[in-house]
This record gives sequence, C-alpha cells and structure tokens, in this order.
Amino acid sequence: MDRKDIIVCFPHIGNYAYAFRYLMEKGFGVSYLIPPPITKKTLEIGSKYSPDYVCVPFKYCLGTYIEALALGANCLAQIYGECRLEYYGELQERLLRDMGYEFEFFNMAEIKWTSPKSIMKNLKIVNPDVSIAKVVAAAPTTIKIIEALDKFEDFIRRNVGFEVNNGEFDRTYNEFLAQLAKADDGKTVKKLIKDCWGALNAIKVDKPEHTIKVGFVGDYYTVQEPFSNHFMEKELAKFGMEVYRQMNFSCTIIHNQNKRKRDYAKDYVKFDIGATANSTIAEAIEFARSGCDGVIQVKSFGCMPENDAMPILQRVSEDLNIPILHFSFDSQTSETGVRTRLEAFYDMIEVRKSSERRKAV
Amino acid sequence: MKAYLGIDIGSISTKGVVIDGDNNILAKEYLWTEGDPTGAVKRLLKALERQLVGKDVDIVSVGTTGSARKLIGVMTGASVVKNEITAHAIGTTTIHPDVNTIFEIGGQDSKIIIIENGFVVDYAMNTLCAAGTGSFLSSQAHRLGVSVEDFGEIALTSKKPTNIAARCTVFAESDLVHKAQIGHKKEDIIAGLCKAVVTNYLNNIGKGKKIKAPIVFQGGVSKNVGVKKAFEDEVGSEVIVDENGHLMGAFGVAVLAKRSGKENPFSFDVADIEFKTRGFECGKCANHCEIICVYKEDELIDSWGNKCDNGAVKVKR
Repeated sequence: MDRKDIIVCFPHIGNYAYAFRYLMEKGFGVSYLIPPPITKKTLEIGSKYSPDYVCVPFKYCLGTYIEALALGANCLAQIYGECRLEYYGELQERLLRDMGYEFEFFNMAEIKWTSPKSIMKNLKIVNPDVSIAKVVAAAPTTIKIIEALDKFEDFIRRNVGFEVNNGEFDRTYNEFLAQLAKADDGKTVKKLIKDCWGALNAIKVDKPEHTIKVGFVGDYYTVQEPFSNHFMEKELAKFGMEVYRQMNFSCTIIHNQNKRKRDYAKDYVKFDIGATANSTIAEAIEFARSGCDGVIQVKSFGCMPENDAMPILQRVSEDLNIPILHFSFDSQTSETGVRTRLEAFYDMIEVRKSSERRKAV
Repeated sequence: MKAYLGIDIGSISTKGVVIDGDNNILAKEYLWTEGDPTGAVKRLLKALERQLVGKDVDIVSVGTTGSARKLIGVMTGASVVKNEITAHAIGTTTIHPDVNTIFEIGGQDSKIIIIENGFVVDYAMNTLCAAGTGSFLSSQAHRLGVSVEDFGEIALTSKKPTNIAARCTVFAESDLVHKAQIGHKKEDIIAGLCKAVVTNYLNNIGKGKKIKAPIVFQGGVSKNVGVKKAFEDEVGSEVIVDENGHLMGAFGVAVLAKRSGKENPFSFDVADIEFKTRGFECGKCANHCEIICVYKEDELIDSWGNKCDNGAVKVKR
C-alpha cells in the first residue's frame, strides 16, 4: 500500500482525535480520519455487532470503527489496559474481519514494550516506511496539544455554568478545535493554543462567591467521553456547579500520578485493584479534602474495577462526610432517570451547604 | 383562604393533594395514570375540585413532581417543578420532623433517603433493575392466585417463611415456582417473597447507607403489612407507615410550592382545556432526538427533548 493511501482512525474519546491526527499525519506520515461525533446511531451499530454483556465502551469503539470504515479509514487502532480493555483490540479486529471488512489493525496490546523489535514491528503496521526520527519530532507538539485540550476543558468545566452569554465557551472551543484540525506545524499549534487560552479567559463569567463544586470520577472511558455519560458535566454546569475532574490523558499517560494517588488512598487500599479503581478512590478523597461538596462516580455497567471501588467509596463518603453518587451506564439508560438523580443531588448539596453556612455564622 | 396544590405523576399512579397555609390536607386523590398523564391529571383535578365544593379555597400556587412533572408543570402553570426524591424528603420531614431514614418502594422504582437534622444527606435509587418493586410483587401475587391487597395479611399468618432467592426477579420467580411445586405452603411462600423484597432492597439500595430509626416506609408497597413486618424483623426497629404515605410526594411538592412564595393564578378549568403533545424525530443529525411539543388548544406552548440547538423548536411568547 502506498503510504499516502493509509487512513488511520482511533476510537473517539473526548477530543483527543485532534492530538492523534497531529501525531499520525506529522509523525507517521499517514492520513488521519477524525471520526464523526458519536451519536445514538454509533451506539446502535456498535451494540448490534458486540457481545451483549461486554462493557459499553467496547460498543462505542466498535460503532466508531464501523462508521470510520465507511468513511474510508483503512487502519484502525486500539489501546491496551488492565481490564477487559486489554482484549478489546483482539476481539474487535476479529468481529470486523468476520463482517468482511479489510483493514490494518494497530493493536497496542500486542506490543512488547521492552522489545524494540516488537515496537518497530507494530509501528510498521501503521506505516511500513515509518521514520522514528519523525515520530519523535512530532511528539512534543502532540503532547502540547493533549495538555492544552486538558487545560482548556478543565477551565471550561469550572466556568461554563456561569457564562454571561449562553454558548460562548462552546463556540470559542469548537472554533479552536476546527483550526487545530488543520494545523500543520508546531508554530501554528502554539499560536492557536495561546489565542484560544486568551479567548477563553476573556469570556465574561458571573461567578457567585459560594459555588457548588463537584468532583467527577469513574472508569477511563465513561468519565472522559461526554456522550457515554449523557454529557453529565454539561448538565451539572447548567445547575450552576463547578465541575472538577482529574482523569485525563495529561494526568495518566503524560504525567503519571500513580504515586501521588497511592499516597492519597493509602488508608483505604493497600494494593492495586485494577484499571482505574485506585485512582477513582484517590481522586474522590482528594476532591473531598480540597473542598468539593460532592463526588459523582460514573462507570459502564459491569465494570469490575469500578464496582470494586464502590464499597470503598461508601466508606470514604462516610469518613469524609461527602455525598457520593454512583451512575452505571449501558447502551440504554433513561435520560429522565439521570436527570432526576442529578436534580436531587443538587438539591441535597445546596441544602447541606446553606445549613453549614448558617451554622458557621 | 389561600391553598396550594401538589401533583405527583408517577408511571403507575397519579396523586394530588391540596393543602392550606398550615399544611393541613384539604383534599386528596389517588388514581391510575394508565399511560396517559394529561388525562390522569384532568381526572385528578375534577376529583379534587369536587372535594372542595362549598369551601372557600383559592389555589395560588402549584407544584409538580414524578416522572411527568415537566409536562404537567407546563399544563398547570406550576411555580415549582421538583424531582421526586426532594419532594418525598420535604413531605416526610414536614410530617415527621425527627425522621432519619425513608424507605420508599413504588411500582417501578425504589429509593432510600437518609436524613440528618431535617436535611437530606444521602440517597440512592435503583438503577437498572426492578427486582423487589411493586410490579414484581403484583405479578407474583397474580401467579399465586391471590390479590395483591391480601398479600400482606396472608404473609402475617406464616410461621416459617420459605427462603426465596432475592437477588434477581428472574431467579426469584423460578425459585418460587420450584418451592411451590415441592409443596411449600402458600402463606410461607408469600411471607418468603415479602422477605425477599426486603433483602433485595437492603442489599442493593440500602447498601452502605446508615439506616437509623425513626424509619418511615412509603410508596405503594408500604401498604403491604407483610413487607413492613419483614423490614422490622430485618432492621430491628419499628418502621412507621403513614396513612398518607402514598401521597407524600404530592404533599411535599405542595409544601415546596407554598415555600416558594411564587403565586400564579390557577383555576380548575385547566381540566377542560385541551392539551396535546406531539412527538417527532429531529432529522438534523444522527442523534435523531425525540422532540416533544406541547400544545394548548393547538397553540404551541413548550417543547423539549433536543440535545442541541439544531433541534430547538421556537415558542412564541
């Protein structure tokens, strides 16, 4: 295959497609397809061809693959993890091949990271003529993009609930993403990031003195992909809450924080209980100690590590006197039910907070 | 006299309460929703109006709760539209100021609310499974050939409740059939079912929650004395079932309407106005949002269901 004809696609998770695109096009020298936004249709197709009992992120990924293949992608990629995620790639590749699709599959679970030979062999799936020098050269800008996405989204989560002109944050950020999809060199990216940060900070917000702060924790996919958690961060913001989240690529892949998290959770967990469970617990504790008024845990239905974290979170809730709400999502989850629980959560925190304030006076 | 109306429109039943300024109940009604919330509310309003004939009552504010709260809120011009968790908590703490725990088992859902010093501090609601709710009990009653109203009384006659698997409705049902076939007495099976409902509730909804007396038990299933007794045996303290327990959501939201201080003119005539809803699928993107438009006498008064602005239906105001 001529390398210009290679079109790579990763499954959607948050807005990281913009970082993947840069790395693939500038580093690997191949084209990248930014998949269309996840919709109900994506989930429908994904569910149709997935095992029924698999966790729902699998279905989102598979749905994205099928949509991407229809749009011309011919090299799909999957990451690896410490839970069922480790098997996602293998099973998804098999399912898609059985459906008759032809494509290359870059499965990171297959890579032996201690063996340069294995790494090279797998990278060549993406591009047989891959130049490591070019990949390394594109890495710093890719990292910059990821860090900017995370920093901007953190900022938006804390402020969007208080914007004076409705929709301004979304408009500014979407404009930035559209530009980013076309940026071809580090200099342009740097300028875009600087300009967007300036524009975001210039947006008028009307923040009261006492705001309600909520920490958002959960499994790697559900907490980071807004569609899969029913855009909960946005819903919370609509109530006028500040939303805090630590789980993102910056805090996991780029700056590993396992040690810090282990320290936070050491009174509750002595060993690694798998995937994101330990960080979920550590983050909940950190949020409680740093003045959040509540914590929301989101997970895909049947997610073992997050299920294991639940009883520990209940202890945390009791010990640190912070309400923790749990949500499990599957391919069908009632919107009304989510809304009702969020409303009640808001009411509860609001009353708790105002009674504490009255006590303090 | 100023009065306040609270309406709780659940999936199975619709409840309405009219209270005065001192929270006394002036009129109350309970009827089946039958899948038609606007129709049910019209019947409800007619019934409440009849109870108030000859009384000098002026409804100045309306509150709605339950799963159809938004629709009915638009229809009645409600000043408060609240979720049922908050409504139940407010209603219960108004009548039982010292309550610490509320158990609620309704037709399709169940919840637990933990209260400290009159404030909600924690709650949980069943998520994916309807095991141990009213609809499960009534289908099992049907299977055993007894009416669900007699279920509790029969359970109390049992001396040795049968063990029924409580985790899952499907397992419970096959376990029940099996126990019946090998000759367990009907009253023992019924008592076992009541126990299974309680075990299921405490293991799922109640897990990790601080359950402290006084405990108030509400929702349709609270009328089942067998389940009440099973709860008392399990938690080891008295469980209070209020005569108006099934109306607590409606009562709570009426109290909230009163506290809101917002007064909107309300007349029972809404029961005669035609309200129609029309749903359509927005085709502007692949999300295919189901958009609901509410019409009052053919005039569009509200719409919802769109995930983004593309699907927004503009209402002239």
